[in-house]
Amino acid sequence: MPGKLKVRIVAGRHLPVMDRASDLTDAFVEVKFGNTTFKTDVFPKSLNPQWNSEWFKFEVDDEDLQDEPLQITVLDHDTYSANDAIGKVYIDIDPLLSNEAAAILSGWFPIYDTIHGIRGEINVMVKVDLFNDLNRFRQSSCGVKFFCTMSIPKCYKAVTIHGFVEELVVNEDPEYQWIDRIRTPRASNEARQRLISLMSGELQRKIGLKVLEMGGNAVVGYLQCFDLEGESGLVVRAIGTACTLDKLSNTATSLLPPCSSPSKDMKEVPFSEDPNPVTHSSGPSTPLKNQTYSFSPSKSYSRQSSSSDTDLSLTPKTAASSPKGPAIFFFPSSPTLSSGSPHHKSAHLLRSEALHSLTPPHSGYASPVCLRKTVSFNEELLLAASGMGSGSGGKDGGPLKALYRQQTQSAFEHREFPFFTLTTFPSGFLVHVGGVVSARSVKLLDRIHNPDEPETRDAWWAEIRQEIKSHGKALGCHAVVGYSESTSICEEVCILSASGTAAVLNPKMLQDCSMEGCSEHRLSRQPSFFSTGSEKGEFDFFLQCQDSASILGLDDPLSLGCNFCHIPYDELNMPFPAHLTYCYVCRKQKVPDVLFTTIEPPLEAAVTGKGCLIQARLCRQKKKTQGEANATAISNLLPFMEYELHTQLMNKLKLRAMNALFGLRIQITVGENMLLGLASATGLYLTALPSPGGIQVTGKTPSDSSYEQHISNMQKKINDMIIKNREIYEINPPEILEEVLGSPIPETRQRSRLFRSQSESSDDVSELDLSHGKKDAFVLEIDDADAVEDIHSLLTDAPTPSGFYSCNTEIMPGINNWTSDLQMFTSVRVFRLNNVTSLTSQWLNKAFSDLCENLLKTLYFKLRSMVPCCLCHVNFNVALPEDELIQIAVTAVAITYDKDQAQYVSKVCTDKTLLRASAENEEQLQFTLELCMESQSTQCALLFSPSKAAEMTESGSLQPVTPAAQRVSSLDKASPLAEAQARHRSPISCTTSTVVEMTPLSFIPGAKITKYLGIINMFFIRETTSLREEGGVSGFLHAFIAEVFAMVRAHVAALGGNAVVSYIMKQCVFMENPNKNQAQCLINVSGDAINFVRDTDVESAPSQSQASGLQTGNGSGDVVT
Amino acid sequence: MAVELDVFVGNTTLIDKDVYQLWLDGYSVNDAVAIRVQSGILEQAGTTPDVLESDTMDHYRAFQMLERLLHSPPKLINQLLFQIPPPMQAMLIEKYYTFEEPFVREVLGKKLSKGTKKDLDDVSTKTAITLKSCRRQFDNFKRVFKVVEEMKGPLVENIQQNFLLSDRLAGDYAAVVFFANSRFETGKKKLQYLTFEDFACCAEQLIQNWTLGAVDSMADDMDVDLDREFLQDLKDLKVLITDKDLLDQHKSLVCTALRGKVTIFTEMESSFKNLSRGLINIATKLIHTKDVRDLFVDLVEKFIEPCKSDRWNINDVCLFLTQYTNTARALDAFKHQCLWERYMGTVKSCILKMYHD
Repeated sequence: MPGKLKVRIVAGRHLPVMDRASDLTDAFVEVKFGNTTFKTDVFPKSLNPQWNSEWFKFEVDDEDLQDEPLQITVLDHDTYSANDAIGKVYIDIDPLLSNEAAAILSGWFPIYDTIHGIRGEINVMVKVDLFNDLNRFRQSSCGVKFFCTMSIPKCYKAVTIHGFVEELVVNEDPEYQWIDRIRTPRASNEARQRLISLMSGELQRKIGLKVLEMGGNAVVGYLQCFDLEGESGLVVRAIGTACTLDKLSNTATSLLPPCSSPSKDMKEVPFSEDPNPVTHSSGPSTPLKNQTYSFSPSKSYSRQSSSSDTDLSLTPKTAASSPKGPAIFFFPSSPTLSSGSPHHKSAHLLRSEALHSLTPPHSGYASPVCLRKTVSFNEELLLAASGMGSGSGGKDGGPLKALYRQQTQSAFEHREFPFFTLTTFPSGFLVHVGGVVSARSVKLLDRIHNPDEPETRDAWWAEIRQEIKSHGKALGCHAVVGYSESTSICEEVCILSASGTAAVLNPKMLQDCSMEGCSEHRLSRQPSFFSTGSEKGEFDFFLQCQDSASILGLDDPLSLGCNFCHIPYDELNMPFPAHLTYCYVCRKQKVPDVLFTTIEPPLEAAVTGKGCLIQARLCRQKKKTQGEANATAISNLLPFMEYELHTQLMNKLKLRAMNALFGLRIQITVGENMLLGLASATGLYLTALPSPGGIQVTGKTPSDSSYEQHISNMQKKINDMIIKNREIYEINPPEILEEVLGSPIPETRQRSRLFRSQSESSDDVSELDLSHGKKDAFVLEIDDADAVEDIHSLLTDAPTPSGFYSCNTEIMPGINNWTSDLQMFTSVRVFRLNNVTSLTSQWLNKAFSDLCENLLKTLYFKLRSMVPCCLCHVNFNVALPEDELIQIAVTAVAITYDKDQAQYVSKVCTDKTLLRASAENEEQLQFTLELCMESQSTQCALLFSPSKAAEMTESGSLQPVTPAAQRVSSLDKASPLAEAQARHRSPISCTTSTVVEMTPLSFIPGAKITKYLGIINMFFIRETTSLREEGGVSGFLHAFIAEVFAMVRAHVAALGGNAVVSYIMKQCVFMENPNKNQAQCLINVSGDAINFVRDTDVESAPSQSQASGLQTGNGSGDVVT
Repeated sequence: MAVELDVFVGNTTLIDKDVYQLWLDGYSVNDAVAIRVQSGILEQAGTTPDVLESDTMDHYRAFQMLERLLHSPPKLINQLLFQIPPPMQAMLIEKYYTFEEPFVREVLGKKLSKGTKKDLDDVSTKTAITLKSCRRQFDNFKRVFKVVEEMKGPLVENIQQNFLLSDRLAGDYAAVVFFANSRFETGKKKLQYLTFEDFACCAEQLIQNWTLGAVDSMADDMDVDLDREFLQDLKDLKVLITDKDLLDQHKSLVCTALRGKVTIFTEMESSFKNLSRGLINIATKLIHTKDVRDLFVDLVEKFIEPCKSDRWNINDVCLFLTQYTNTARALDAFKHQCLWERYMGTVKSCILKMYHD
């Protein structure tokens, strides 16, 4: 009996009139949890009843507490007939179960009915008394915190990042049960809502158990999805990253605990007494088992251990518990490793060869793809489009680099899936980024016969993850970050997709106790820092690791912000042909010419100019078939779609004169008679990467002069566009002289080809000299109408109106002075295509592209009052609900920034370039700009966590650094005083306490998150049988989305919060039947409830405001220079 | 290809004041789009008509959903469905309840009944205000009237509490409610030159001085109904014109006081008896409901028009009425000083307000 749930019903307001005769209502309330129900008295004849009930007490298992929602039903008492339901409120108890959670949940909740929507509000109070559970064999995982946020939550630090956790549960969908034929739509909807609520509770509990087994206390980057498989059932699945988090006390923000006492940190971790996992020093092929585990051999546990995604060597250990559990990874000199390394090497080589054979995408997929065989595609392969960089081995540290890689690799080999759902990492965590890896698989759904053993679904995902893992390895990476999974279902066909970014991580960071702030990597140079390590071996390792790291250029490039761009793979055995050059920042390491990733731009990344949203859109028709034939058809189409999407992305990237994509998300949606592909990403110019060449257009039949004319026109347009884009996005990279680079730029002028270019030869292109100079240009060969269309579409993408920027990442590099003026929104559109089968592919492509462009245009128009502003985290979701319908849902947040301060920047950094720039500021505009860009990106770091600001100064004082403020102000034309005044003038938000902000970002601009109050994960169904009366489909959906927002806000407010961060609308399934005047919609949303304080409200400590002589002021009026 | 569904929902409800005004003015979506196009917004924002249409539709839908709440403004403040910053809430309410001068002049003093509502298309044609907008304004009058009609306490405060309007607008509604309740005639040709503001000022005076509320602050309908006892007593003022001595005495006192101070002394002297008779007759008849309705017509016919024809200026009128009221104190035989002041104070304010071109 580990918990007592107490509920009190206080009052209602704005109730609907249930008795037409009196225009009043006799309302009472039923409170149900599990199988227990309580009732309040009837409050007669009132639309604003005051029940003031006693505390209803439920004595329940904590397992039930986690699984079951609290169900509150408001009814109208009727003496003669059955009582009429007014509506319900479901409350998830989970946020109250954490030890640092809100003590009480209290507030007004909208009373929701699946047929009528919101019908009044009810004031409820909920409390939970948890008893300490000493039972080790329990099934619950109370206290494990869940975060949707894809980074370490702001007021925590990560003690350990354990790794990937996943789970799925399945059930029959009530909508498809026989009973559904005889029950009312309302009963059916409610059964479904309740079931999904139960299932997600169960899922969360199970994941929590896994986390506890790994020794963690939290899940970060928690991503839960529903697959509505129709007849074959309902799947709820989730992935996340298990972590051990430690709360940062507010005062400690400036004086970080110096990581010297991991044991102390451990005390706050549940089950810190768990012995550390013991590892065999066996090769990577043997899954490691954890013999000394003290958990019960329960069912779920046994299943997990077989999948062995428990983390092993990475739990920080206390000195007491460790002697018998030395992890393999702490002994770099251990025989296992050295013997293992050749093996790795060969495996690696083999794989990369295998991949090589796939390089020309067409041929690779020429053979018919077997049905239900995984079809996958490695994004990075497509980088083949760029020329092959040959020759010239690494300058120094080659062998060491390999050794380093092996060490780190071996550390990760032990995880079945070294995946991380996080997209932002603590500084220094991400060492190298390889590129995007993705895998897709087409499956035929069949009925899930035994819901308790969802093995087929598990196996499907395991297959895909395995493939992702091997792709990662082929890129010389041992981990995959920014990992996500998704599905698209149409009838009985299902496409499973997974993608992520192959990366090399800093192994020491995985178990290092301080993952927070930027000062760590500097501090870590001092050996004394590691003296606290419990074992000698560990200590040694770190030293060695550092050595190799410094040789590898881990230290300097980190501060230069280029390290993560350096290739992780062996350049002699590249997994795909890529064009390598020496890094344009450090000039020591090789970098690819383009970099695609699924993660956020690292904070330390050196970025030139600003970024923009880049989308590739594609529509492919397919025959309407059934079963296996259908699946085969889809399988066959997939590789071509991925290839084309990739090509489009590449072209658009070049057109914007950029060289990297972040936050790449490729969505392939399957419908009855077509497939839609939508790739969204944020394009950037990474300073470390070479400047992209231009795009050359070449015709195939050069005989016709008018044709020539046409082509040269097109070429001119493209060139103009590139130049214009450089201006718009402020891309002015410093010109670096060839000799400065001091490296042979590959001689081979082998040009990349694109589209249907069959023949090689770049000779005929050479006379078309591009202003973009020495760089190899991208060639578009026009050999048929398609290509013309493609180029046309390339050019017709409307530019974002002035005053607007957009990105699908959390932040836009180059913009950092956000104001607190933000607007989250969801926009949904459904289009009907008439007579799809008669349409041409090009027409469809264009139509789909226009739909997306128009939607964006509407958003810009609607938000024009917020200019200058940036649309952040623009998230498109495409669905094909019916034969001829395309549905696009967009969720994003618009944030106003302060234009005047854009150039007012400062940076604590010693960099030769900067010093030079300060010397000759007038002429060297380029450098000035670069300085601005770079320092802005650092300022981002300062901005978004006030704690970091303080750290920065600390680290600054450790370093022999001249405070950059003076330098910069000397660069700046405007006087700092004027700037300060401008800041004072900036409007201060007059938000009242009742306002609840919602944002898909993990932070609130201009504010500090003080507390995380729990995860919000809600699922709603709305149905109507009077569609016309409710304003048609638009009226219906508009009201429903507004209702969902309202219910989310109410829950957050009841938890004592004032915002939801990392908000996401994961599903919006809309079905209509206008003939019957009916429509139904399902929406699933999630996010993290938080409490924040505006910087303007915080009485900033004098030290802090001085520290921010580096102006962090983002519209906050309290910082005075 | 057709757009089946198109919605935009912000966490903070996005409201475009211009579109709101168009919606309030009763324009259809198409008309509103056309008007917006004419305003040059397409060029300004660099966008296309379809975007404008989508935006307009969205706003109209949101306004329709809000309208239900606007009917009861306290609900709008408390509801959870739309997150709207308080200044914006206030704007929405204020504009929704704002009415137009031409419209209110048509409806002021009429019974707020179904019959009047049916005549709104005539009003619409006459005023060139869309029928939809006329209906909204009429329904607002009716809603406010119904809510405060039976309420205790000061009228303006009641309106403010129940509809969260600004002081000024609440005062205007008080006037509308007051006029509708007593059904004052305002539509006659002679009264056409008067603005709503004139009537609103008069209403304020009448409410303050002639209703039950003026004597008893807790009575039902205190601000809506006139104090019948007072109206009854007004008959006693008749003595000022029926008693020949009193009338002459009154006249000489006024003339003495005004000699050399007004430009139209001779005219005043000659028309004194007529004017006095007019004012007193109005007072004595007020006990009849029908004559209450004609109060403003009578004031114009019996006093304002004769003065105007004699080219009195406003200053003359003011001096005359002041002396006319004050000198009655010196009449020993006149015993109804309190009553007289209550009557004349208000009449004087009203006449001064109404005395213009």
